[in-house]
Amino acid sequence: MAMIEIRNITKSYGEFKVFDGLSLEVEKHQVVCLIGPSGCGKSTLLRCMNGLETIQGGEIRIHGDRMSGPGVDVNALRRDVGIVFQSYNLFPHMTVLENVTLAPVKVLNQSRAEAEAKALHLLKRIGLEHKAKEYPDRLSGGQQQRVAIVRALAMGPMVLLLDEITSALDPELVSEVLNIVRDLAAEGMTMLLATHEMGFAREVASKICFLYGGKVHEEGPPAQIFSNPAEERTRAFLQRIIEAGRL
Amino acid sequence: MTVNEGNQGGGLTSGLLGSDRRWSAGTPPRDATGWSVTALFVALLVVFATWSTLRAIYAALSSTGAGGIVAAVVLVLCGLAVLVLLWPAVQSWRQSQIAKAALATSDLVQARVAGAALREYAFSTLGYAAVVVILLVAAQFFIANDLAVSRTFFQVPLIISSLALTLKAFWVNIYIFVVAEILVLIWGLVVAVARLLPGDAARPVRLISTIYTDMFRGLPAIINIYLIGFGIPLTGLPVLKDMSPEAYAILALTLTYGAYVAEVYRAGIESIHWSQVAAARSLGLSYMQTLRYVVVPQAVRRIIPPLLNDFIGLQKDTALVNVIGSIDAFNQARIIGSNHFNLSPVTTVALLFILITIPQTRLVDKLIERDQRRMRAGGN
Repeated sequence: MAMIEIRNITKSYGEFKVFDGLSLEVEKHQVVCLIGPSGCGKSTLLRCMNGLETIQGGEIRIHGDRMSGPGVDVNALRRDVGIVFQSYNLFPHMTVLENVTLAPVKVLNQSRAEAEAKALHLLKRIGLEHKAKEYPDRLSGGQQQRVAIVRALAMGPMVLLLDEITSALDPELVSEVLNIVRDLAAEGMTMLLATHEMGFAREVASKICFLYGGKVHEEGPPAQIFSNPAEERTRAFLQRIIEAGRL
Repeated sequence: MTVNEGNQGGGLTSGLLGSDRRWSAGTPPRDATGWSVTALFVALLVVFATWSTLRAIYAALSSTGAGGIVAAVVLVLCGLAVLVLLWPAVQSWRQSQIAKAALATSDLVQARVAGAALREYAFSTLGYAAVVVILLVAAQFFIANDLAVSRTFFQVPLIISSLALTLKAFWVNIYIFVVAEILVLIWGLVVAVARLLPGDAARPVRLISTIYTDMFRGLPAIINIYLIGFGIPLTGLPVLKDMSPEAYAILALTLTYGAYVAEVYRAGIESIHWSQVAAARSLGLSYMQTLRYVVVPQAVRRIIPPLLNDFIGLQKDTALVNVIGSIDAFNQARIIGSNHFNLSPVTTVALLFILITIPQTRLVDKLIERDQRRMRAGGN
């Protein structure tokens, strides 16, 4: 049984169908990259998995347990499924350390000392422990995004969802963020990435899913998708990426 | 890469790069001597108007026996001070001559520099002159009709003799607004949060808090104080009927300003970008935890200036308690004033109300500045 099973989900905004019977399975330790044109539902899919948005049909199962629909404890779900956003969304009125320890203290009821020790350990791992007392405004975009990843990791999630986490970054800051994702992948963290970094997806992904028309239009190992896509739509999409000089 | 100049094809730059396109920024500057002449004329006019007003002031002071050498010296100094106005006017004139000479020798750069300086000096003259004119009008108002205005509002001996009583009564106003402000801060937040509760289940709560804000924001504070101050004692309700007039005023002002402040809170909360809520909720924080730790702390920082606005409004409205017979500063001053057929004690109260708001504004500016510096600069 797959760790995450997304079965036949549907969701519409008015007339527009974001998901039209989309299904996807993610195994433990897998890194799944979602690619596809703007508005194809990559971000929405991640937000649905984390309970930030609701689906209208179908179901999402984690470890065989249904995690969509009424009655689900979304706050508990979100302890297991962390998410990192494109725009970092750090809390501007809190220091880096306060950003990272807020949820462990208030949600997991850790003592402040325990949470701070863990947070400092994580910040040290990404080389930002000297910024612990700074406010986010003083950090570069790359540093802010690294803190946002650590903030999600401090909750000890089973799955990490990364929603175009490098799209808002200056090009020279992208690598410092991707290095962390690379490390997480090597350590076996189960991850879903919505991304436009095709080179990175090719390197780190165990599976690429091309989203189109509210479905997973094509999926497969990166080598196959990038060098020999089976579907016409996938080929056209990748062709435009190449024309933009991004692959 | 070769550039095909004068490309007449359908390219993006067609018509822009051809030889028929000329620079338009190189024309000679326009003559602005008119401004410097105006400045000189206005400056002279204002100087003469000032001198004539100062003479009238001296005559009025002499008639009340307040003339003498000190007043004369002060007035002469004022008369000399206004001459400063001539300096930028003359400078403006000088620059206009420089600009003219430069234009004559086709030194466009020098002509532009002098022209810019000319305008700057001329506008400075006009700006300062406008302020002097306003002061002159005020001075004429005070000495008009044989010092009638001054006698009515600023009778210094009466102000001094009534100051102690007025100040003592002003404590009633301070007591009312301090207590009311604390209550308003709490009550307003409760109403705002109630109005923003999500979900179908909270619909009635949202509705009642909307009705409350609509009602009490629309109801004039003076009617609210009147109804509560006179009405509650008549109801004979236990405890409530025995409260002091000040307590009724606090209750009424809290209800009125609670509605205003609830709307300020609501605007502040709604101004926080939804991505902050998404980030907090995605970490497993509940709705209330998200409000408590993420949204409200950021909202409060943004609403401090409008909040201070409402607080100053509340402080001024404490003067309305005189309708229920509480002896606050305004009521006290009216009593003294009517005993002496003079409004000067009321002027004292007016000044007191103005004086207490100024330090608050500066304090709030300082607080905001300090908070922003802390967030921008390194932690400590």
